[in-house]
Amino acid sequence: MVNGKNLYVSASPHARASVTTRGIMLDVIIALVPALIASGVIFGLRALTVTAVSVAACVISEWAFRKFILRRSNTIGDLSAVITGILLAFNLPSGIPYWMVILGDLFAIIIVKQLFGGIGQNFVNPAIGGRIFMLLSFSGSMSAWTQPGAGFMNLGKVDALSGATPLVSDKLPSLGEMFLGMRGGCLGETCILALLLGGVYLLIKKVISPAIPLSFIGTVAVVSVIAMLVKHEGPEYIAYQLMSGGLILGAVFMATDYATSPISVKGKIIFGVGCGLITCLIRLFGSLPEGVSYSIIIMNILSPLIERVATPKPFGTPKKEKKAKKEAQA
Amino acid sequence: MSKIPGGVLTAVKKVRGGVKVDHHKNTQDCEVVRIPTPETVVIPMQMHIGAPCEPLVKVGDTVAVGQLIGDTDKFVSAPIHASVSGKVKAVGDIKMPNGILSKAVTIESDGEDRLWEGIEPPKIDTREDFLKAIRASGLVGLGGAGFPTHVKLNFPQDKGIDTLVINAAECEPYITVDYRECIDNSWNILSAVYTLKEILGFKKVIIAAEDNKPEAFKVLKNIADKDSNDDDVVKLMVLESKYPQGAEKMMVQSATGRKIPPGKLPSDVGCVVMNVASVAYISRYLKSGKPLVSRSLTVDGSAIAEPKNVRVPIGTNIGEIIDFCGGFKTEPAKIITGGPMMGLAIVGTDLPVLKQNNAILAFDKNDAAIKKETDCIHCGRCAAACPLSLTPTNIMRATKAKDTETMKRIGVNVCMECGSCAYSCPAGIPLVQYMRLAKTILREEASK
Repeated sequence: MVNGKNLYVSASPHARASVTTRGIMLDVIIALVPALIASGVIFGLRALTVTAVSVAACVISEWAFRKFILRRSNTIGDLSAVITGILLAFNLPSGIPYWMVILGDLFAIIIVKQLFGGIGQNFVNPAIGGRIFMLLSFSGSMSAWTQPGAGFMNLGKVDALSGATPLVSDKLPSLGEMFLGMRGGCLGETCILALLLGGVYLLIKKVISPAIPLSFIGTVAVVSVIAMLVKHEGPEYIAYQLMSGGLILGAVFMATDYATSPISVKGKIIFGVGCGLITCLIRLFGSLPEGVSYSIIIMNILSPLIERVATPKPFGTPKKEKKAKKEAQA
Repeated sequence: MSKIPGGVLTAVKKVRGGVKVDHHKNTQDCEVVRIPTPETVVIPMQMHIGAPCEPLVKVGDTVAVGQLIGDTDKFVSAPIHASVSGKVKAVGDIKMPNGILSKAVTIESDGEDRLWEGIEPPKIDTREDFLKAIRASGLVGLGGAGFPTHVKLNFPQDKGIDTLVINAAECEPYITVDYRECIDNSWNILSAVYTLKEILGFKKVIIAAEDNKPEAFKVLKNIADKDSNDDDVVKLMVLESKYPQGAEKMMVQSATGRKIPPGKLPSDVGCVVMNVASVAYISRYLKSGKPLVSRSLTVDGSAIAEPKNVRVPIGTNIGEIIDFCGGFKTEPAKIITGGPMMGLAIVGTDLPVLKQNNAILAFDKNDAAIKKETDCIHCGRCAAACPLSLTPTNIMRATKAKDTETMKRIGVNVCMECGSCAYSCPAGIPLVQYMRLAKTILREEASK
């Protein structure tokens, strides 16, 4: 006879899938590796050291802030701070001073993430929050785009061309160069090939759903077609629009952040289309050269509202009732 | 593995969400063996959804197998019968597996298994006779829910009910007793199906199982084909192996394409769903008149020495059943009645088997360990897994905030606690527990 002293008595279900938060985050890190390698090849070793400093700053600040200020459990084991570190670095020019990187990381982890309750509670993507904080604070250094091939071992000050991003430049790199990332820009955003590889990995591993990347990139493509017709540009205009700036990095890795995007498929599509539209509006009519970060952060803030209207009705809810409910809400 | 024979229908509509669970159907080739009659049985008066029964015997009475020992005049209930012959040793409260007290009758067996002399096959001329006989048999849904069968079948004749769905999905891992029922008692299943169809006037009968049971389809198909009076009313249907395929709402949707609205029953969309073991029992009962006094169980799990399918008298001590299966091969860390997805963890083995228990599973330390709960990352896996289109993480947040308005708006009362959400959660959050808490909070608010 067995009595209860040595038995677990927990609520059902008694079986659990093997997926863990840490495993998911590890998959995202793996998916970012091709782009990280590409950044080293394109912009030299300094791209890698900027990323390393950023990761270290994020992890240490999360650990220290939770331990000494919040006095909460240690959460660096979930690896989400590592991702924030990599993504923020990917959104920076490789010549950026390290102290600026660290400030951006502190803002991302402490202000955006931990003060709002830690993982899953941040109201905007921490990496984008950090980047926008840096754009506003250090606009000069943030738009000093490093050109490819500055020398692999060059760890010191890098010669930078200001404002030479393809979106505003007269002399464009070829489409092949664009696809491989041989252009000026933030260190992790240029190599489309590597980013797409990572995206495919995340889709296969079911870490992300295709809804947000497809609707985001698709919307930009559709608006680009219209812009092309209005501006009498050639079809390569669309390809440049899709491959330039941080669109692919943003659509695959940043807009898909769990905490700041809607859960339902319908909500994800609204979210992606919104991101695409705002990106295009900023690119076509704004005074900023690039709009991916701002579009994502705006849609992050709208995400809870989208969720509210896009949440599916429970199984079997009659159509009439749906209508009546809508009318009651209105 | 053999193939599913031709002529078997496929699901009308696929189930949304759900989870792919490891089947662990280790006992599928184990024929059901009857355990030796236990020395004592403890028979609770509440083994069904509805009103508990009142004991009709007192200490010292002599009872025989099948003798009525508990009944009530409440409609939603099912009478209770002695499962062994012998002397009543005690009548009093016991603690049930779910922690609630229930009256129970303890019978000391005389080892003779003497049948009660009043047992005779029921005479059935009308629908009313049939329903009365089903009530007298004490039958409840044997798939796990324990809803009195006579209540389920007593639908108004003008309600437009046209379809009977026989549920042999058995989507819970480990359990194989319904599968064995299909293989070993296929004649009974089909004969009961014809009786039910004739008496209750179903226009269509669908026997549905998951696609991991090709052998069951072969056996049932053979018999259905041989039956000459087949007027093309009884159909076999194969369903995707996906948990919770066997849930009532999912079953009706798969078999007929109809969706049961929130708070409604299968009968509201013209269907009746019955577990395959319950159906097979009806056939045996109509022939013999012997009330429901025993049932089949799967005994399995990593801590059980010899996994088996066993037939046991209702009220047999769970510890004795495990001993019959070779006892524990390692120290058990968790014991549950029912399947791993919806079953109930019990506090010890000194508890009786109930009418609705379809398995006893015991797991070692490795299998019993549950993920440590960490913060929700809002990944949406719970919502993607929910077959009823709910968003469990949002319900959890509303529950923590005691926000009853939101809880109601996003439909927590639709939740059937299938566990797909908690199974999928990477953060190890006991979401089903939060769903139950939410429902309790809403109930309390409503009763104020």
